[in-house]
Amino acid sequence: MTAPAKALAEKLPESRGGINWFKYASPQTFYPLAGKLIPLFGWPALALALVGLYLSFFVAPTDATQGESYRIIFIHVPAAWMSMIIYLAMAFWCAVGLIFNTRLSFMMSQALAPTGAMWTFIALWTGALWGKPTWGAWWVWDARLTSELILLFLYLGYMALVAAIDDPRRADRAGAVVALVGAINVPIIYFSVKWWNTLHQGASVSVTSAPKMASIMLAGMLVMALAAWAYSVAVVLVRVRALMLERERNTDWVAQLVESSR
Amino acid sequence: MNWASAGEFWAMGGKGLYVWGSFAVTLACVLAEIALVRGRFAGVRKRLARMRVAADRGANDET
Repeated sequence: MTAPAKALAEKLPESRGGINWFKYASPQTFYPLAGKLIPLFGWPALALALVGLYLSFFVAPTDATQGESYRIIFIHVPAAWMSMIIYLAMAFWCAVGLIFNTRLSFMMSQALAPTGAMWTFIALWTGALWGKPTWGAWWVWDARLTSELILLFLYLGYMALVAAIDDPRRADRAGAVVALVGAINVPIIYFSVKWWNTLHQGASVSVTSAPKMASIMLAGMLVMALAAWAYSVAVVLVRVRALMLERERNTDWVAQLVESSR
Repeated sequence: MNWASAGEFWAMGGKGLYVWGSFAVTLACVLAEIALVRGRFAGVRKRLARMRVAADRGANDET
């Protein structure tokens, strides 16, 4: 643990009744915890996806204006939400890493990036397949679509930069700066449909107003979003475990782990 | 129930290409990511175990 993290950990003793979160800031203690959490997220993700697909195709009725093509919403909206949430999580871990100099934080953000990029690609792909039958175009240079495309480039740029720098600590820091600067794009995506006159429709669901869709469609979408979230947590935890072993291969705890699993 | 037959289900009111194109690519991405990430994890574990065996052998040669 580095000096600022240690100082903070001392200020937050376990005797105060809470959990000492800094305990899990070290890969050594987080590795087994992550291993236990993976099935706790992975299996519910599968169950939720099955329920969500059932709602999407067999319970939700045909849309009065769009017909069946609207069913793409059950993938499109959860994917778009995940693309933004994962980016924010990535930027959050980068900020934590830069402030407390905790190496696990950088590993978390590097483990999140490929999954975030995947959801961004899926949001764009399903958007194109939905745009064609609805708008008559696969792609338009609309503010929402363009800012989401920039998000994909931000993910890819972050991953490329981290991979290009040999010294892992320098790669962590350079990547973190890029990820944090890029975070400005997330509110731009979210509010693009309000700020500009876009072909893309406004928000279907918001905290401040009643949802503009039938409740069964909303339920299907939320279940699919929960499935996407649980899936992302599980897959990111597997990836961060692999990253921890790769980066910490010369440490005692990894040596002990290898020894005990023989 | 929305569908009278399996054919109607797969046709998706004539929008089958768009709907199934979306769901199939998502499924493919998810399955590919699971395979890649598990492969990566198993690969690291295997590499570390091999390094350990090599280190043991090196230590035995010295004695």
